[in-house]
Amino acid sequence: MGTDAIWIIGSNMTKFGKHPDKDVVDLAAEASRDALQDADISLSEVGVLGVGNLMNASAGIGQQLQKQIGQTGIPVFNVSNACATGATALRVAIMAVKAGETDVGMAVGVEKLAGAGLLGQRGPKPEAETWQPNGRFGALSSTEGRIGTSIMPGVFAQVGMEYGHKYGGASFELFAKISEKNHAHSTLNPLAAYQKRFTLEEIMNDVMIAYPNTRPMCSGNCDGAAAMIVVSDEKMKSMPSEVQSRAVKVSASVLTSDPYEDGCQILPDVNTLTKNAASQAYEQAGVGPEDLDLVELHDCFATAELVHYDNLMLCEEGGAVDFFQSGAPWRDGTKPVNVSGGLQSKGHPIAATGIANIHEIVMHLRGEAGDRQIEGARVGLAHVIGLGSACGIHILEKVA
Amino acid sequence: MSSTTQIPFVDYLILDDPPYLQAQECKSCGARYFDRRNACANCFANNFQPVAVQSEGVVTSFSIIQMGPNPYVSAIVDCGGTNVKCTIMKVEPTPDHVTLGMRVKLMTYSMGEDNEGTEAVAFGFEPI
Ligand SMILES: [Zn+2]
Repeated sequence: MGTDAIWIIGSNMTKFGKHPDKDVVDLAAEASRDALQDADISLSEVGVLGVGNLMNASAGIGQQLQKQIGQTGIPVFNVSNACATGATALRVAIMAVKAGETDVGMAVGVEKLAGAGLLGQRGPKPEAETWQPNGRFGALSSTEGRIGTSIMPGVFAQVGMEYGHKYGGASFELFAKISEKNHAHSTLNPLAAYQKRFTLEEIMNDVMIAYPNTRPMCSGNCDGAAAMIVVSDEKMKSMPSEVQSRAVKVSASVLTSDPYEDGCQILPDVNTLTKNAASQAYEQAGVGPEDLDLVELHDCFATAELVHYDNLMLCEEGGAVDFFQSGAPWRDGTKPVNVSGGLQSKGHPIAATGIANIHEIVMHLRGEAGDRQIEGARVGLAHVIGLGSACGIHILEKVA
Repeated sequence: MSSTTQIPFVDYLILDDPPYLQAQECKSCGARYFDRRNACANCFANNFQPVAVQSEGVVTSFSIIQMGPNPYVSAIVDCGGTNVKCTIMKVEPTPDHVTLGMRVKLMTYSMGEDNEGTEAVAFGFEPI
């Protein structure tokens, strides 16, 4: 088993938002070419390509991308893993480099979602003329609304409320304050889809989507892409010194699925697989949560951010509410969380998200994050979770 | 007496008197499921027995879904150790009327008849 370090030498994300004049391949091409340029490396040196896209999962976006930026005949892995798709594409590239199959890997995540509406929402189906049981529950029609909800805003609302039931203190206002933080952070991120600061009152009085999540407390559907170049330790040492000095070490790269837990097939358990991934990542990296200078975690809804403070062990078990109320996850706090603005304001082009959150960490560790730079950042963690479920965690370190 | 035949909205709603929810319990480890199974996700065995789930429980999580014209309450109910997903009926769908820890019980209601005269019956939970 390879134990040599993996390095990120090139990283890029497009502006997130509406790109009506660009298709999925345009966005992927932009991020890929910019990442290659950032790494000062030619596509001819890339030996493996991992490409994530959810909405066109069977369309071979990886090969479509090659047709536009360069067909070199290398293996392409088109992956789809819910909201963890981007992290999965990167995992593929890292695994190939770790396995010694190539020295240079590229990972791309891309999505076009602007105007897509809320995901998982289905239109009404016409009622059958005679009742017909269907599927694994033998249901006579859609269970949505009849047997609770399966749509994302409702599921993640229940995830947060479940935490509140278990530990207390998780009010509508508390969740809204988490959103207030992320929207405030976004004002410093020029690549965020939304850069508007909201008052707490504005957030709480906005349109309710799925209590306790109002519209600004939900991640925004938008277009975007992110790409990353990873290399082996040996390759890194052969790169020009300007590339080496900006390289960021991948100290941990972990992907988990949800293990069986009581009740996990009733309300998806997004906690256990995140805790497992976090434990594995801290162990792999040889760092603890106390060493992290910043964290990008998967705040697909404000209610989700709360539980992940706990899952990522940024606080003691059951202590997420106190952790937030201490001010710790604000950018001037002791453990800045989602200084990019998070999915609620940066936007959530699903397959791009799992690479874009790592890109954010890379920028801070390089000292290239501009106005939102966390000064002196040396260790950062990026977390992403896709319902179903898949969790990706990467811990990055500035070593040079 | 009505001669109408009835059909449950889902297989796991048993239209007895009184109606109840029926789980498939793994004979090896006790894990409970409501769907058609190939094997147990916990212990991989594939021997199951039908068990009646307690019809009263406690709301351990909920959300009020307000994306359509008719807001409704989606909830997870702990029915004596078995979690059930449901819609809470007979309650104003506002945070003033739905609370964590609220006690609820199983209820059924008609979804109407198809053109062969078969009546579909669905379940929800209502406050006790
Ligand atoms: Zn079992």
